[in-house]
Formats: sequence, structure tokens, C-alpha cells
Amino acid sequence: MLRDITIGQYYPAKSVIHQLDPRVKLMATLIYIISLFSFQGIVGFLLVTAFLILIIRLSKVPFSYMVKGLRAIVILMLITALFNLFLTPGEDVLLQIWKLTITMEGVKNAVFMMVRLVYLIVGTSVMTLTTTPNQLTDGLEKSLMPLRKIHVPVHAIAMMMSIALRFIPILIEETDIIMKAQMARGADFENGNLIKRAKSMVPLLVPLFISAFRRADDLAMAMEARCYVGGEGRTRMKPLSYDKRDYTAYLVLVMFLVLVILARIIL
Amino acid sequence: MSIILDKVNYVYSTGTAYEIQALKDINLTIEDGQFIGIIGHTGSGKSTLIQHLNGLVKATSGAIYFNGQDIYDEDYNMKELRTKVGLVFQYPEHQLFETTIFDDVCFGPKNQGLNKNEAGLRAFEALKSVGLPEALYYQSPFDLSGGQKRRVAIAGVLAMKPEVLILDEPTAGLDPKGRDEILDLIAKMHKEKNMTIILVSHSMEDVAKYVDRIIVMNDGQVMYDGLPREVFRHYKELEAVGLAAPQVTYLMHELQEKGIPVDMDATTVEEAKNSILKVMQSNS
Repeated sequence: MLRDITIGQYYPAKSVIHQLDPRVKLMATLIYIISLFSFQGIVGFLLVTAFLILIIRLSKVPFSYMVKGLRAIVILMLITALFNLFLTPGEDVLLQIWKLTITMEGVKNAVFMMVRLVYLIVGTSVMTLTTTPNQLTDGLEKSLMPLRKIHVPVHAIAMMMSIALRFIPILIEETDIIMKAQMARGADFENGNLIKRAKSMVPLLVPLFISAFRRADDLAMAMEARCYVGGEGRTRMKPLSYDKRDYTAYLVLVMFLVLVILARIIL
Repeated sequence: MSIILDKVNYVYSTGTAYEIQALKDINLTIEDGQFIGIIGHTGSGKSTLIQHLNGLVKATSGAIYFNGQDIYDEDYNMKELRTKVGLVFQYPEHQLFETTIFDDVCFGPKNQGLNKNEAGLRAFEALKSVGLPEALYYQSPFDLSGGQKRRVAIAGVLAMKPEVLILDEPTAGLDPKGRDEILDLIAKMHKEKNMTIILVSHSMEDVAKYVDRIIVMNDGQVMYDGLPREVFRHYKELEAVGLAAPQVTYLMHELQEKGIPVDMDATTVEEAKNSILKVMQSNS
């Protein structure tokens, strides 16, 4: 049951998208999100859709993997849609029930908002599915390097991020084992009212926290034993470097952004 | 009264890139009162197998019968099964959570619906049978040594009065003395309470001395199933899959090759000693 969580889940495959430099993918995600919230009208929508389909095709990740992430935001999507539907003022009133009115603009807004949210999740999950957590933090660290000039601890942040990501599957597995160990002693995590269920969490959380602290302690010790002193003077085993395909990808991205903006201005 | 596994298959993460078949067509019958050792290296499926026996993991296909009843029947009482088939996990740290040892052992019986007094009585009995000094009963379980934590974990399951006791690597991480103590304790429980005991281990040496049946797991399948001496006859095949027979098996085989007619089926040091003495006496 706990294995269904997809945060930071990497799908191994050999594709152009997988081989791209993580910095390109981070930039691409940024550009994609900007275009997602700036496009207007049907042409912009078609452009973004075409881009998304192209990326999904190239990534060779089964489509079902990307849709998985949507389940988590169904409620958010519904609320957003409802608010847009009922609270958008407009001329063209379609329906009026008591104080709530549904306008043509409201329907349009609701539909576009839904599309944007779905595209946002699917699009960003392409990045996490094709990039290992390590690559991702490496890319982030290198992209944010200029911020060091204003004393942002870029390396520490990136290291914390990669450790946190690394620990997600470990802690999930640990939770699974602890749950089983307590269920073997007759613990029941599923039935009962809210208070009873909250109480039943104690036998799960206490061992989990103890083990998390122990692991953190061990890891700190192991890192120090290997002379880790932070980012100063640290070199990489696999330094990031741009390839020809990365420049091509940047070119495609810029073209995509220009097209979306043009579509918005002209049409 | 027995546990029967009929063509049990189990697949992890079905339909994803990480799909693994952990168990392949397992057929086993576990009779009452047996002392069984399940052996296999890491990833051979032994832990997955024992988690099937008390219904923590549901088989992808196949059936499991406990005392003649199909445990996958819709109206089967899973909670009762888990109290009858007690499973002690490898690391006691995964189950200890209460402020005192005594309260922690009470957790199982309380989940069975017993009242405070009955649960306390069970806990007292269980702690006594694992030989924990009484002075420690109201201490925090987190202050104990590795071997003592393990005793408390075993007591936590014993307190539910299971008919079958499964222990997953109960000696992992213990020093030789702690290991012998735990194994002796388990053997004593088997003898005195006539419980069915399943001991999971990756060390032949550990189990050879105690068990009366060995099941060797490899790659999700049962590779050998029989008396220890029958299984150890295949010591070369065992080696090929990363396991080893007890050291006495090697010694006896080498003596035999040198022309000394010792009993090659000796599995414990004691048996080997007797066999060698017998040969020497008949020579002199």
C-alpha cells in the first residue's frame, strides 16, 4: 500500500530525455510552467499540448506512471474548478441558483484551470521520472551557484535535499516493516474511530522516529569519517557538462516559449 | 493441525519496472510440533515466505490453509490467525515502543481483547519464560542490550500464546554468547511447550544443532527440504548458491576421503566427536 507513493520516483529507461543534463530539464520545467500559466486561447493550448505529448513520447515512460500523480490532487482540482465556476463574474449568465451564478467566463476559467493543473502535474512528473534524485540536486546546486555570492548556502541546501530524497524510500520501507511487526502483535491500523486510529499510530511512530534519529546519527558519523566538511573545495566524480543535445534542447525550449508568447500577443 | 501452502506465488510491484517474483510455486506442509529451520541467503525469499504464514503478505496466487481452513476466505479471522501464528521480526527495534518492558509485552494480549489483569499475567509469564531478570521489567526497553531486547521482542509475541512461533533471524547482530542463549531458549520452548517453531537463518551452523527439518530457499523456490543430514549431503550444491554446510560436514567428508570411515551424516560437533571416537576405538 505504501509502495504507491511516487514522490521522487525514478523510472529507468534509455531515452533522450533521460540523457539530458539535469540543468536543461530544470530550465525546461520552469519554461513549461511559465508557458502553462501564460498561454491564452485555443492556439496556445494546442501548442502546450503538442509540446507535452512530444516530451512524453520522447521520455519512453509509460503514460500510466504520470497519471498516478494526479490522484493526489483530485480534491485540489475539484475545489479550484468549483471556485472558478461559481465565483467568476461575467456578462453571459448561464444559470443562477440562489446567490450562485454560473457564467460563460466561469466555465471557461474552470476548464482552463483544470487543464493547467493536470498539465502541471503530468509535465513536472516527467522531470522527476526521468531524472534520478542525485542528478536533480546536482543540477540544482550548479544552477543556483551564483546565489553563493549573496551568502546562500547552496551546497548545504542541495546536500540536505538529496539526503531527504534518499531517505524517503528507506523510511517508507521501514514504516512497512514496523507496521507488519505491530500487526503481527495484533495491532489494527485500519479500523476504529479517529481517536482510536490516532492512538494506534503510537506503536508505529515511536519506533519510526527512533530509527530515523539513529540513521541520521549514523549517516552524519559516516560522512565525517570520510572527511566531509561541506562544499568548500569539493570536486565531483561526475561533473556536469553540456553536450550537443543539451544545446539543441535549449534551442527547442526558447522556440517553444517564443511561440507561446507570440500566440498570446497576436491572437 | 498444520499449515499447508499450495502453489504459492508472490510478485512484488506487479506491472512496474521493478517487478520481482519473490516466491515461485511454493508447496509446503508444516506439521504440528516440528522444529524447522528455513535457510537461504539474502533475497532468497525466506522473509517473504514467513510473512505469508500469518497473512501479513497476501499471495499473488495459490492458497494457504491453517488447520484446514483457507486463510484467504473472506470471512476468515486474520487477527486470530496472527495470534496463533506468532511472528518475531528480525530487529526488536521495529516493535519496541512502550515506556516499560512490561507494558510493551502487554501490547499483544491487549490487542487480543484481554483485560489489564489477564494481559499483565500473560506478560509476566512470557517475560519469565524468556529468562529476563525481574529487576528489568519496569525499565525502558531502549536501555537493554541487543540480546535482552531480542528476548523482550520474543516475549511480546509469546504473550499472545501462539501455537506456531516464527523467528526471523533471531541471532542477527548478536555475539556468540548471546546467540547461543537465544537458540537454547528457543529449543527449550520447543521442548517444554511442544510448540511448532520455524527458525529463519542464513547460518547452517546455527540451525543444524537444533532443528529436525531444514528447508533451503534459493531464488524464491524451495531447493531442499528434509532432515539436516539429508540436506547437508548436498554441501557442494549449497556452496554453489552461496550457503555452506556446517564445518563438521566438511571435516567428516575430508576424513572419509583420507580413508577414515567416519559417519558423514554427523551434523553437530557432538555427533562428529562420537563418530570419530568410535572409529579410533575400533582401530586400537
